Amino acid sequence: MREIGTLIAAALAAGAMVGVANAQTKLSMWYHGAGNQLESELLGNIIADFNSSQSDWVVELESFPQASYNESITAAALAGNLPDIIDVDGPILPNWAWAGYMSPLTIDDEKISGFLPGAIGRWTGEVYAIGLWDAACAIYARRSVLEANDIRVPTLDDPWTGEEFDAVLEKLAATGQFEYAFDLGMAWTGEWYPYAFGPFLQSHGGDIIDVSANMADGALNGEAGMAFGEWWQSLFARSLVPGTDQDGADRETGFLDGKYALQWNGNWAAVPAIEEFGDDMLFLPAPDFGDGPKIGAASWQFGISSSSENKDGASAFIEFAIQDKYLAAFSDGIGLIPPTAGSAAMSEKYSPGGPLEVFFELSNRQATLRAVTPAYIVGGKVFEKAMADIANGADVADTLDQAADEIDADIENNGGYM
Amino acid sequence: MNAEQLAARRRQNRAGWAMALPACLLIFAFLITPFFMAFGLSLTNQRLISPNPAEFVGLRNFERLLGVGLLTLDPLRDENGEVRLKGGEPEYPRIRSFTRGNPDYPRLNRMREWFRIDLPGDRQLVVLAKDLVFIKALKNTVLFVAVVAPVQSGLALILALLINRPLRGINVFRTIYFAPVVISMVVVAMLWRFIYDGQNGILNSLLGIFSFGAIEPISWLGNTSTALPAIMAMSVWQGVGFHMVIWLSGLQTIPQPLYEVARIEGATGWQTFRYVTWPGLRNTAILVMVIITMQAFTLYPQVQVMTRGGPLDSTQSLVFQAVVRGYEKQDIAGGSAISVLLFLFVLAISLFQRYLTRDRD
Repeated sequence: MREIGTLIAAALAAGAMVGVANAQTKLSMWYHGAGNQLESELLGNIIADFNSSQSDWVVELESFPQASYNESITAAALAGNLPDIIDVDGPILPNWAWAGYMSPLTIDDEKISGFLPGAIGRWTGEVYAIGLWDAACAIYARRSVLEANDIRVPTLDDPWTGEEFDAVLEKLAATGQFEYAFDLGMAWTGEWYPYAFGPFLQSHGGDIIDVSANMADGALNGEAGMAFGEWWQSLFARSLVPGTDQDGADRETGFLDGKYALQWNGNWAAVPAIEEFGDDMLFLPAPDFGDGPKIGAASWQFGISSSSENKDGASAFIEFAIQDKYLAAFSDGIGLIPPTAGSAAMSEKYSPGGPLEVFFELSNRQATLRAVTPAYIVGGKVFEKAMADIANGADVADTLDQAADEIDADIENNGGYM
Repeated sequence: MNAEQLAARRRQNRAGWAMALPACLLIFAFLITPFFMAFGLSLTNQRLISPNPAEFVGLRNFERLLGVGLLTLDPLRDENGEVRLKGGEPEYPRIRSFTRGNPDYPRLNRMREWFRIDLPGDRQLVVLAKDLVFIKALKNTVLFVAVVAPVQSGLALILALLINRPLRGINVFRTIYFAPVVISMVVVAMLWRFIYDGQNGILNSLLGIFSFGAIEPISWLGNTSTALPAIMAMSVWQGVGFHMVIWLSGLQTIPQPLYEVARIEGATGWQTFRYVTWPGLRNTAILVMVIITMQAFTLYPQVQVMTRGGPLDSTQSLVFQAVVRGYEKQDIAGGSAISVLLFLFVLAISLFQRYLTRDRD
């Protein structure tokens, strides 16, 4: 009899546990960072804290390798299996929102008022996603090199103009001390091209797609686009920058090894540069080609899937995750830019006086979003090819015409992405 | 055959079909269905990601791929009616002025120049294409097949003849020649990217050493003139071992007595090859040519890893474009249309090869 009694007690206990589990609703979440130990731990901490902070929801994380993440989302959407919480790359967000993968967030504007512009994913006036970080580009330079060549050190308030920048490159190339005056990072094919080089076009006054006109013709191949294209081609024709056949290893270490005088690179590469050059290292703002100095913005962000039955819970999790302490933790862990002033102050590297402080202001003052339209997903790819072709000597006007036509044909194919 | 035996055979048959069923289902689901879907999709505007339903658009995708136009250009003349010269050559109006919304030339709208031919009287005939990248991909693929098929099969035959002799340690050579085949093409392509590296690749280093520095480093994959030949050379090297093995199996089916007879008759080495070996390899030759042609038409991983179609479209290939459009640019219908065209090309060429090698008896 005693044994039966124990059994009943065990069954009751098990039943009670099931009862608890039923009271908490599961929220599935997909993330792009599989394989990165540190990143997984950071996100795991947030999820653990959230799960224990309330009794309504349990977030369950599933990580994917970045290379196949977008495919997984597309496949899941076709199969009607999207998770509750989606991780989305900023420039793709409008496409997914348009395709009906995502629902707008119901979050107080106040809670996100202090965020860097690149960390908020908007589409048709509504907030769809929020990023726990942003990234920023700068011109990597060494003070000693600039001073030895009598070159003015630009500031955020007074960046180089386009002509000034061009003259700097000519001057540095003429010293003969470097293989190339400036490294654009042509070895990094893919999204790097529109992310890093699109802002040069925007600073000339053009864009990949004119969002208000819903077409590329006139924006990409207009006067500003042509001026940008001619300048872009001249960089390669004058051998100021390495071309599309740049060695991947040179891209990683060329600036540190002194092969390149200047380098266009993101904040993620800043720590090794500081370790190499210490106080000599400078992170300079983008040049102003006439329409203001601009750098790319928007990285991965969190949003809610349209098919989620637990939008309240998903929303609650995102609100929980954007606390300053978590933003600072992500920054300390993997070197990204914390998206609020509060979290920047709490972080090791981006706090006032910290080694990477400048990137926060760069992001704050120069960050410009890539064309916010569902058409960007094709526009970015077309732009990448056009930049490579022009670098390799293709006729500028013909190439930009063709690129604009291809983007417009895609927009037309999609019924204007309405 | 009595009733019992018949029943046993029927049971066996049933078991055989049951065992083949899983494979048949998989082949049907992953090969045959997509094949017919590609035909269907190429007639629609199906997208990878879109909230809008796909619509039937007829042959529009094919028209966009294959559309070509002609334009005759008169040279620019100054006020006196003299031909304007630029660097000693007559100057022509820009194609852009005809193809960008020019109301007089609606047929040429948004086309691009493919090539031009000089006509008498300083006039020029310009051939334009609606989709120049596709045309270039088609041209490159055909060129790739035309070079790789004969070179690869010829080299494979030479290698097979070399290693088809009972020498000690010959298996070592067989293994060496066959090794590249079992390595994934992606890995091979990565390695060859280092070999072809423009600054300090092995190829440039070797050329520099053997020419005592007279040959400057060449950016093999960065030059429009060398990129496709570089990919061809690497592809030939990678696949030659596979076809060597097929040739070898063919060689070993030729009866030895024929060679003995040839020797007794006093045939030279060349005569032996011409009148004994080659006729004996006829069916093998057909197999090798058909396989190489089909493989060469599906040129993709090398391009994806080494050049991504560049520089300036000099290494675009049909399959690469099908993937770029269908997947990266989310235009499933456009990618399907390219696949359908590729299928038709390969089918036509295979039929032609069969016609050439038909049994005349």
